[in-house]
Amino acid sequence: MAATIAYLDYNATAPIREAAARAVVEAMEVGGNPSSVHASGRRARKIVEAARGQVATLVGAKPMEVIFTSGGTEANNLALNALPFRRLIVSAIEHDSILAAAAATDADFVAVPVDRDGVLDLAALEAALAGCEGPVLVSVMLANNETGVLQPVREAAGLAREHGALVHCDATQAVGRIAVDMVELGADMLTLSAHKLGGPQGVGALIVREGLDVQPRQHGGGQEFGRRAGTENVPGIAGFGAAAIIALDEVARAGKIAALRDGLERQIKRSVPAALIWGEAVPRLPNTCCIGLAGVPSETQVMALDLAGVAVSAGAACSSGKVRPSHVLRAMGASPDAAASSIRVSLGAASTAADTERFLTAWIGLYARANRHGSAHAPAARRA
Amino acid sequence: MTSMHDTSRTPNIKVPIYLDYQATTPVDPRVLDAMMPFFTNQFGNPHSRSHKFGWDAEEAVEVARGQVAHIINADPKEVVFTSGATESNNLAIKGVARFYKDRRNHIVTVLTEHKCVLDSCRHLEQEGFKVTYLPVKQNGLVDLDLLRETVTDKTVLVSIMAVNNEIGVIQPLAEIGAICRAKGAFFHCDAAQGVGKIPIDVEAMKIDLMSISGHKIYAPKGIGALFVRRKPRVRLEPLFSGGGQERGFRSGTLAPALCVGIGTACAIAEKEMGADNERIRKLADRFYQGIMARTPEVFLNGDREQRIPGNLNLSFAYVEGESMLMGIKELAVSSGSACTSASLEPSYVLRALGVEEAMAHTSIRIGLGRFTTEAEVDYAVQTINERVGKLRELSPLWEMAQEGIDIKSIEWAAH
Repeated sequence: MAATIAYLDYNATAPIREAAARAVVEAMEVGGNPSSVHASGRRARKIVEAARGQVATLVGAKPMEVIFTSGGTEANNLALNALPFRRLIVSAIEHDSILAAAAATDADFVAVPVDRDGVLDLAALEAALAGCEGPVLVSVMLANNETGVLQPVREAAGLAREHGALVHCDATQAVGRIAVDMVELGADMLTLSAHKLGGPQGVGALIVREGLDVQPRQHGGGQEFGRRAGTENVPGIAGFGAAAIIALDEVARAGKIAALRDGLERQIKRSVPAALIWGEAVPRLPNTCCIGLAGVPSETQVMALDLAGVAVSAGAACSSGKVRPSHVLRAMGASPDAAASSIRVSLGAASTAADTERFLTAWIGLYARANRHGSAHAPAARRA
Repeated sequence: MTSMHDTSRTPNIKVPIYLDYQATTPVDPRVLDAMMPFFTNQFGNPHSRSHKFGWDAEEAVEVARGQVAHIINADPKEVVFTSGATESNNLAIKGVARFYKDRRNHIVTVLTEHKCVLDSCRHLEQEGFKVTYLPVKQNGLVDLDLLRETVTDKTVLVSIMAVNNEIGVIQPLAEIGAICRAKGAFFHCDAAQGVGKIPIDVEAMKIDLMSISGHKIYAPKGIGALFVRRKPRVRLEPLFSGGGQERGFRSGTLAPALCVGIGTACAIAEKEMGADNERIRKLADRFYQGIMARTPEVFLNGDREQRIPGNLNLSFAYVEGESMLMGIKELAVSSGSACTSASLEPSYVLRALGVEEAMAHTSIRIGLGRFTTEAEVDYAVQTINERVGKLRELSPLWEMAQEGIDIKSIEWAAH
């Protein structure tokens, strides 16, 4: 049954690629503990190191700069605690794993605002950097998970460097969708998650620039160059590596996905002039479309879409069931009502025109019903 | 793979023979089967609340949580999924210590614990906690009287493993649990080598936190669990923060495939533990007797009775450890724990038992498990007997020992 649903929630998780799934299963069949010195251990070690090279290549890093983790959340937590930072400067639209991790440290924590389009305010970043006593970390995501809006990471990194601060970039949603080069970005640390780019769940990486010493969060057997103890998730890492190779190619084909998304947005605006597309005016990921339909709660929209066989989401998937207005849209100046009546449509490799049409039919139908009942209205109340 | 040995005597043997079940276990094909749908059409994020992909994934995770809970007699709500036992141990030890630091600041553990337990404790010492590292008796077991004297009303946590990863001895968990409960200290048990091998009941044993590993029980790597008791309630500071998954103890997207893997592995282990253990015990006895009958001066490390059947840690006197491992290359065994196997230091576990350095250097951990066959055991026994014999023929120490010279009395010339 699930196969007949139009899956448009790639930013929550992307279906695992066949080659990645094959790599996972093969690694499971090989077995072995990569720390063991016998042949079985050495085979497992070889798999891990091959994947390390593949993941490094994806973001222009060196293999030894890759620390495998259990996912993006762990990588973000590792980055924010890499040194005993005195101040953590993050954008207000970061993922919960950055915001909560920053709040959990003893560091002085500054959330830098974004503008109405959801782009980091560089002047505010500079102000936050001024007069800081080190060590300081600036953490800015490359692409927002809810709106897809790209962030000026290079510029932020330039400012950070002028003030002697280190730079972390959560590139979880960006890799595999746009070209990502760690050196070009000027980031000292970069977070990746396998399952957002067609790899398996349960594995991610923190890429750490050579020469930067990261203090581990997890102590024990000294794996991952002493920066992350624990027996390596060999099958997961193998799948991550396989997905990374595909993701490199995928970026070249992003135009196809962008065309599908742009077509969808044109139709939305034509059919529902009251709809609002968040971050429309600025560079975004090619696959993400965050639409607001003021007056119709996100929950109502996603339920109606689910009944119509379309899987989308009301924002980030992580918030353990609690429904609350998106902090991302709120940071962009959305009123609580506008923020609570938006949904995210995110496309991926297997998305087709049939999927987006199915979405459109259902969503426009929903709008028509809501309009009849007078609940949908133009988003005049956009500013809080 | 080709062998240096003549395999004609045992035509059906495939080398290398895997005898390192304490390092990691192969994934049970039934576990892999249960995971497969999650690598194809059931790919959802279990935290997605708005569509069937998410709900299906969440349901699978919850079934798995129930299976893990069941094998240790816990409530499913008390099971927190992690990336493995190292994370579970770090989370339990640091999490509890940090949460209760204003009330109690003393931790008790044992010198033979897994490295990640000891390293977590050492890290806490740097944060100002007091840690007592208890010695063990010569058989590898904790001295309960000593434990009773050591745990005070300042002790927040006692961390003692269920089964030792190198020597397979089983600690007296119920007695330890009673001592901890009486003093109001939380009892954390690293059961990475215990769950699925011995019956564990967190109620009867008064265990407050327990670490479980997937890849030690025929599930894949990258998944583990931490049991965190709800009544009386145990609280802890998370290692990582984020979306607030796993009751806030452990943020991050869960991997349904991996959760299903460990859940299925627990369900299989619960059902088959008795039969598995009986079969493995017979194989281990055959192994041990096969060696003892042909090779003199071999010593079993750790208690003879209080041990899991799938572990034999043997010291071969008058043989150099590295040449021993090189000599039996077609057997995948280890000289200690996998995590420290790249180091040439003798095992700290054996040293804690009072095993002399020279003997600790010549010890081999043999791990038997669900897929070990009698033919493999016979082949391994024959290989070890032959190789030890050959190595001893070349050993001047052995020659001297045969002539009745006490090696320890020799004063070696400094050079």
